[in-house]
Amino acid sequence: MTNGWIDIKNTDMMLIMGGNPAENHPCGFKWPVEAKRERNAKMIVVDPRFTRTAAVADKFLQIRAGADIAFLGGMINYALENQRIAKEYLVNYTNASFVIKEGFKLPDDGLYSGYDHDKQTYDKSTWNYEGAGAHQAPSGKASQSGEAPAPPLAPRQAPPPPSLPPNVIYDTSLAHPRCVYQLLKQQYSRYTPEMVERITGIPKDQFREAADMFTSVRKDGDMKKVATIIYAVGWTQHSFGAQIIRAAAMLQLLLGNIGRAGGGVNALRGHSNIQGATDVAGIFDSLPGYLKVPNPTDKDFAAWMTRITPGSSKPKDWDSFNYYSNTPKFAVSFLKSMYGDAATKQNDWAFDYLPKVDREYSWVHIWDDMYQGKVKGVLSFGMNSVAIGPNSQKTINALKKADWLVVCEIYPDETSEFWKSPGISTDDMKNIPTEVYRLPGAGFAEKDGTFVNSARWLQWKWAAVPPPGDCQLDQAILARIFLKVRELYQKEGGKFPDPILNLTWNHLDPNNPSLSELAKELNGRAISDVTDAPTQTTMKAGQQLPGFSWLRDDGSTSCGNWIWCGSWTEAGALTQRRGTDDPSGLGIYPNWAWSWPMNRRVLYNRASCDLNGKPWDPDRRQVWWNEAQKKWLGVDVPDFKPDSAPKDHMGPFIMNPEGVGRLFVPLAGMADGPFPEHYEPFESPVANLFHPQQNTNPVVKKYTSDMDKYGTPDQGFTVICTTYRLTEHYHYWTKNNPMNVQLVPQMFVEIPVELAADLGIKGGEKVKVSSARGTYIAKAMVTRRIKPMTIDGKKVYQIGIPIHQGYRGIQEDAGRESKTLANLLSPTVTDPNAYTPEFKGFLVKLEKA
Amino acid sequence: MNPTRRSFLKIGTGAAMASVLGFDLKAAYAESKELKIARTTETRSTCPYCSVSCGVIIHTIGDKAKNVTPQVVHVEGDPDHPINRGTLCPKGSSLMQDIVNDRRLLKPQVRRPGSDHWEDIGWDQAYAEIGRHIKKTRDESFITTDSQGITVNRVESIAWNGGCTDTNEFNYLAVKTMRSLGVCFIENQARV
Amino acid sequence: MSNGTLEIKAISGHAGPVAGRDTSRDYDVCKLIDVTTCIGCKACEVACLEWNGYPFRETVFDNTYQTMPDLAWNYYNLIRFNEHVAEDGTFSWLMRKDGCMHCADPGCLLACPADGAIVQYANGIVDFNQDNCIGCQYCVTGCPFNIPKFNHETKKVHKCTLCSDRVGAGLEPACIKACPTGCLHFGSKDDMKDLADKRVKQLHEHTSHKSAGVYDPPGVGGTHVIYVLHDIDHPQYYGGLPKDPRVPLLVRIWKGPLKWLGNFAIAAGVIAAATHFVRYGPKKVEEPKKEEVV
Repeated sequence: MTNGWIDIKNTDMMLIMGGNPAENHPCGFKWPVEAKRERNAKMIVVDPRFTRTAAVADKFLQIRAGADIAFLGGMINYALENQRIAKEYLVNYTNASFVIKEGFKLPDDGLYSGYDHDKQTYDKSTWNYEGAGAHQAPSGKASQSGEAPAPPLAPRQAPPPPSLPPNVIYDTSLAHPRCVYQLLKQQYSRYTPEMVERITGIPKDQFREAADMFTSVRKDGDMKKVATIIYAVGWTQHSFGAQIIRAAAMLQLLLGNIGRAGGGVNALRGHSNIQGATDVAGIFDSLPGYLKVPNPTDKDFAAWMTRITPGSSKPKDWDSFNYYSNTPKFAVSFLKSMYGDAATKQNDWAFDYLPKVDREYSWVHIWDDMYQGKVKGVLSFGMNSVAIGPNSQKTINALKKADWLVVCEIYPDETSEFWKSPGISTDDMKNIPTEVYRLPGAGFAEKDGTFVNSARWLQWKWAAVPPPGDCQLDQAILARIFLKVRELYQKEGGKFPDPILNLTWNHLDPNNPSLSELAKELNGRAISDVTDAPTQTTMKAGQQLPGFSWLRDDGSTSCGNWIWCGSWTEAGALTQRRGTDDPSGLGIYPNWAWSWPMNRRVLYNRASCDLNGKPWDPDRRQVWWNEAQKKWLGVDVPDFKPDSAPKDHMGPFIMNPEGVGRLFVPLAGMADGPFPEHYEPFESPVANLFHPQQNTNPVVKKYTSDMDKYGTPDQGFTVICTTYRLTEHYHYWTKNNPMNVQLVPQMFVEIPVELAADLGIKGGEKVKVSSARGTYIAKAMVTRRIKPMTIDGKKVYQIGIPIHQGYRGIQEDAGRESKTLANLLSPTVTDPNAYTPEFKGFLVKLEKA
Repeated sequence: MNPTRRSFLKIGTGAAMASVLGFDLKAAYAESKELKIARTTETRSTCPYCSVSCGVIIHTIGDKAKNVTPQVVHVEGDPDHPINRGTLCPKGSSLMQDIVNDRRLLKPQVRRPGSDHWEDIGWDQAYAEIGRHIKKTRDESFITTDSQGITVNRVESIAWNGGCTDTNEFNYLAVKTMRSLGVCFIENQARV
Repeated sequence: MSNGTLEIKAISGHAGPVAGRDTSRDYDVCKLIDVTTCIGCKACEVACLEWNGYPFRETVFDNTYQTMPDLAWNYYNLIRFNEHVAEDGTFSWLMRKDGCMHCADPGCLLACPADGAIVQYANGIVDFNQDNCIGCQYCVTGCPFNIPKFNHETKKVHKCTLCSDRVGAGLEPACIKACPTGCLHFGSKDDMKDLADKRVKQLHEHTSHKSAGVYDPPGVGGTHVIYVLHDIDHPQYYGGLPKDPRVPLLVRIWKGPLKWLGNFAIAAGVIAAATHFVRYGPKKVEEPKKEEVV
């Protein structure tokens, strides 16, 4: 979330789409309801189903699953056509005025300029700003801060990727034919209400009403009102998911809603700590704090830094903070946290200890590689891989080829018991060589530590009870495993033991590291005395650092995750704070827990003010420029250079090298285009109306093993299927919990009344859903909440499947529920940016079971 | 623990007699059912389900004295928490059953290659075997340099899958240990 | 040991007057259910189950999100889900929390012949005491909302207590506390009526729900559970909420003209046994019964 849960109460207008917060985030949903009750805010809900969120909305539109970009593109077009835009914000806080290079081509035929049909990737060199003067190489801080410039790369290595021009040509009249604004208009002029209707199935009058309602916050140029966009995995789980979110962000930039109380683009996130897992890089493609992992073209630390540290790129008369220019400080401090004294300037901060990767290792790749026999062992801690990923049978078949599997869980789950999943006989088991260890971990109430919620709050929790039976704390289990491996390398040697032997392990009880020790390590400390030049204050060696501005690239600081620096300082654990004061009344609660970065509650909040630093809405003041004190003040922590006067025209989006919000994403920012374009889901019953010859995302990730089958309408797969959670259940977890089982005892398939009538299916009867990959059997829920849709004159049905059924659970074990998984149906197709699978909107066949 | 049956109207016989005879000038009072959280220890925690992160209070019987193992009797929303303000959804409201649940796994187990059943295994034995597996797999497939001779120091044969309820500190421990092993396949619920 | 006591207003099957009746209007409590902000999440159902410690009840799928067809002896509140298509084709999904209404003039209590099996506290809560319940199920007949449910094993009747244990200790009922959207609210009857009226006015002025209104049926003397409905003219759309509930005539007769007959017999029993521990004083000056619904 750019904003936070409570902040939603400050809004005047909500678009809830790709998310169903009433069902999946009920306690957060109180704040949208509060906005309705206290501000008469309007709520627009767009979803393939009439959900429990829709039940309390002011306007509901039923959309075809996967047609989101067409809808949002239509909204952008409506805002531009009707001048429902925030002009001053647009010109000064976004790249609307930036001129794009000649040779850039919009995707009228479905392809942007630079497409390579053979490799199915883009050469993005034309996706760039036009620079003034000679084009310079990027100048990262690494080379500016006195380190030797990187020597030329070895000839066999790829040339450095094109970079942003430091001095961008721009036109604040927005009239230049190649400026972002004009390209944007051109791109979305195709997304007319008529096209929106033909693609999404939403009648154009209804679409216009919704577009009028949402953009009404900018009626007649008024800047006081604010609209928010709220989404979840209904947007991310598509083969173009990241671009849907881009489209939403663009709409919000056009309307000037980002950075403002009651505004923003708000990812609800689905689980207690996946925000934290992303922040601390529990994912293959980043290191903690969103640092990009090194790849083989980075011959040394300096080369890595040069590649990932952006130089600023802006109009000559503007200023840009370009916060990522500090990247080397974050990276060195991270390596010091990892390897302590073993990371020295002389050994390039132990740069070689980090694995160098130049391919994708995302979730779906794990099982593809394992199915090919390449991945031999898996450690799965609290992650039910078989049930959670797409194409569960492929995951099961892959696990059959592994040598070993370690599962740490609190309940018997589908993954640890993959070897006895339905259809596998005792004889078959003899041929499954996988050795499976199932280790009983601790539940949430038995552990302390922090989660990061979707509002970026780190909140400490306290353990209430000890783990039952022989269960152990997860951190103790992982520690014991690691220490055993380290012991073996110490005794026996082996391949490159250095990083294993030198990993920092400063725990009072090495076998059971305390989470507070790790939390302090994540925050970071001074290794030797560090002095802050502006304030002339010094942190002594060993002291916890107060914030990431203290981090250094000379080895004098250590920090596990720079964005969490400031969470556990000399003042103690700020994540444990329980202050209930909210002096501004905006729901900021500055003394409750701690929010990254630097306890800021609304990101980009400089944009809540006009060019002169005055809040757009004086009744919702967040930050403001104080001319007398020459600094930014606020009820929230200003997300800005504190002393940058408005006249300097520093952009509010300080994490971008441009300093402004990106309507157009240049270069490698996105894999599939600088603007979002409507593509059909990988399996779709209709052709792409914009460009039937380029139906789906041209750079979509798909797989080629014999388990990766994709269906077409010609094969009889004509019904669109989407999967989701129910409010009564939580993934594959509460099927072990009697009270939740009681609420929804058996899983079902939601089927439109009309489709059920066509097939002679009555509510409560068993139905079979088949995709090209597998089948799913459950009871029919025949409902009016999903209506048949007309897509370009063709009747199209959608059905929905809640995902909570499995092989093990109270009902499954009692024989009251068929043993099956919704993800036996879903395809191994992912978004090319985020590698998230397309769980929403694939093709199936429906019949009586 | 089941709440005791209500004990209201249990006021002495004498009082009942007196009241029947009309001697008592006060209004009639009845004791309501025993409040089951009257003498519990409260521990502040965070709901492990969705990303709203509701504050919860875990009520345990037992005052944390040394000789007592606490037992969870009730979980309720934390009214101080600014987001949930004491409220909980149907999953949060049933958290007690997530903590006290007879389906919990209580001992380490192993399924041997080709076997059709679980066997119990001691923790030390399990750690020894798992450590051996990791080292063997890593050593057999460690990639020091790529096809172009560039140092890459990576392992593509081991995968780490992290869960959605792993704490930040645990996740950092996972990042530290797995990256130091050279593991590339580091993934989490966050992806899917 | 209990942590609170609640003042009694009325007792079932009890001889003679009840001390203090109608003297404590200040403590009137009320649950407001704003159906227009209910998301049918069932947090109230679970909070109730968890608080009362009721065991797992096997349910079956029945083509609906509704947990079970009706309330049960160990299931005090139930969200009723109704897919509704208006005459103009507008679709709505109505969700209403069903449960005891805690009537000011409770038909169950009127009908009950067992001394002390049903108690109405001065704060408006109508509570069942299973220790005194004789299993006759007259209360079931007496209830115009079809709320009390019989446990065939124990031969006792149960229903929502409005968490008299929690309220007695100064807490709010479990369902109220849990409710994520604030569709449930708890306070004095006057305050809840003000809140409900304010919400109805807002719905009239700012939404399409021009027929919104407050449900506080006068036929049962008003209730200590009131609803805000989008469509007050059609309470039946919300899973069979009666339009004009009244205490059944038979029950009125049994507790009206025949009341003294019953009371005499039971009073004799109480005095003789002296094991029903009801404490009450001489009859206080009875205030005229206030109408709760205008």
